[in-house]
Amino acid sequence: MTREGWIRLLVVALFIAALEAACRGGLIPRTVLIAPSAMADSLWHLLRSGEYAADIISTLRNVVAASVLSVVLGFALGVGLHALPRLRRAVEPLLASYYAIPTFMFYPVFIVVFGVSPRAIIAIAVLLSIVAMIAGTLTGLDRIPPVLRKTAQILRMSAPTRALLIDLPAAAPHLFTGIKLAFAYAFIGVIASEFILSGSGIGYAIAYAYNNFENRKMYGLMLLVIVLATAANTVLDLIDRRLQARLQR
Amino acid sequence: MTDPSRPDAVHARLRGVTRSFDLASGTKLDALGPVDLDLHRGEFFAVVGPSGCGKSTLLDCLAGLARPTQGDISFEGRPVDGVPEGIGVVFQEDASFAWLSVRDNVAFGLRRAGVDAAEIARRVDYAIGFMGLREFAHAHPAQLSGGMRQRVCIARTLVLQPRLILLDEPFGALDQQTRLLMGDELLRLWRETKATVLLITHALDEAAMLSDRVGVMSARPGTFIDIVETQWARERDSRVVSDPRFGGITARLWEKLRAESLKIMGASAP
Repeated sequence: MTREGWIRLLVVALFIAALEAACRGGLIPRTVLIAPSAMADSLWHLLRSGEYAADIISTLRNVVAASVLSVVLGFALGVGLHALPRLRRAVEPLLASYYAIPTFMFYPVFIVVFGVSPRAIIAIAVLLSIVAMIAGTLTGLDRIPPVLRKTAQILRMSAPTRALLIDLPAAAPHLFTGIKLAFAYAFIGVIASEFILSGSGIGYAIAYAYNNFENRKMYGLMLLVIVLATAANTVLDLIDRRLQARLQR
Repeated sequence: MTDPSRPDAVHARLRGVTRSFDLASGTKLDALGPVDLDLHRGEFFAVVGPSGCGKSTLLDCLAGLARPTQGDISFEGRPVDGVPEGIGVVFQEDASFAWLSVRDNVAFGLRRAGVDAAEIARRVDYAIGFMGLREFAHAHPAQLSGGMRQRVCIARTLVLQPRLILLDEPFGALDQQTRLLMGDELLRLWRETKATVLLITHALDEAAMLSDRVGVMSARPGTFIDIVETQWARERDSRVVSDPRFGGITARLWEKLRAESLKIMGASAP
């Protein structure tokens, strides 16, 4: 691990230790926040009991579905926009200001279209995450050095072969950044949607625990979300860094 | 018809070649020509000229990467229409594939051409050794210096055994010492492969040191205003820079080039 990595770990450890001390010492009332060790204990018991297994599976299934849809559709739309410069010039300002729109306000529309179902949750998550993949695809295709395309010509490669053997690997670092962001937004979209339009999933379970004053369960589930998001992001970040290292010319 | 296998046969021919671009403003930009040139089989020909005179455009047309607006280009007696078989190009920019190891970079074109694995291994080993990359065979381009990456690109071209090698300022981004050494490697490669070489360069000393003939181009639209024969022996290296004739060659090149460069700067030669 790098020096910065150790410092980062130390900062997190100090924060958790301070929070633990504040909770145990009564500085923060138990009705407001439970100690991190109690959260971990609660999470351990929740996982062992299997009480929320169906919710966890439901959330993960929705996150995977939304991520895959965002990546596939976002990539296709990115390639399409890249191939049509005039359309791209018209649409790009809209993409740039896309995240200024609170996407969740459209949830009634999705309920009308899909009903109260995982499809509505996935649709909102895709809406939230797809633009990150479109942007990643456009950046990736823009950054392919023109000399690589000339090299492909000299090697007398057909357009599909060039796309597969030159364009795709050359754009891969930026495409993967798009995938990483799309996954993060899909995760946020699914959890947040489960709060408001679902009868299952981790988001719903957190909301249910909150409404019933089950603080230990609520914080245990929150910790689960943090652990899942951090683990997934760490793996994606690791791959991302390896790909980005290629760009250091 | 001339026997194309004869050592002095014309390998590539350009007749009345021009290239114009339509600008967004609606005007037309004449970038090149008309250019007439015969490249003889096995010769080392360098092109020098002021910035923007159309040197790279000339290379693009000869390589089949761009279509001339007017004129005819032939390679080995056949008209050039698209990239012909038997031509290799090394560009100024780093064209190594960042996602592949040095070995896979060099083998890339051979794999595409369907050459069998044993032959690929033999040619790649040779090219990697020839370019002094053996220790770095499993490294990725990001781990190499600019000069080494350029050697990877040269090796990738070399393994395909092109009969005409086009070099577009391949050492443009390198320091002077590395350029001289790379020049020696290029001469070695040229002697060994017996290929015809066309080198585009800004550096007069590089052109004078490496070439049998140096073509001097005018300001845009570039045409050849002089062709200087260096008369170096085929067995030569960077030490020709200390030959008494070397100064005379570079002086003649500069004399021609100076007036053209001044035209671009809007001044007139005294």
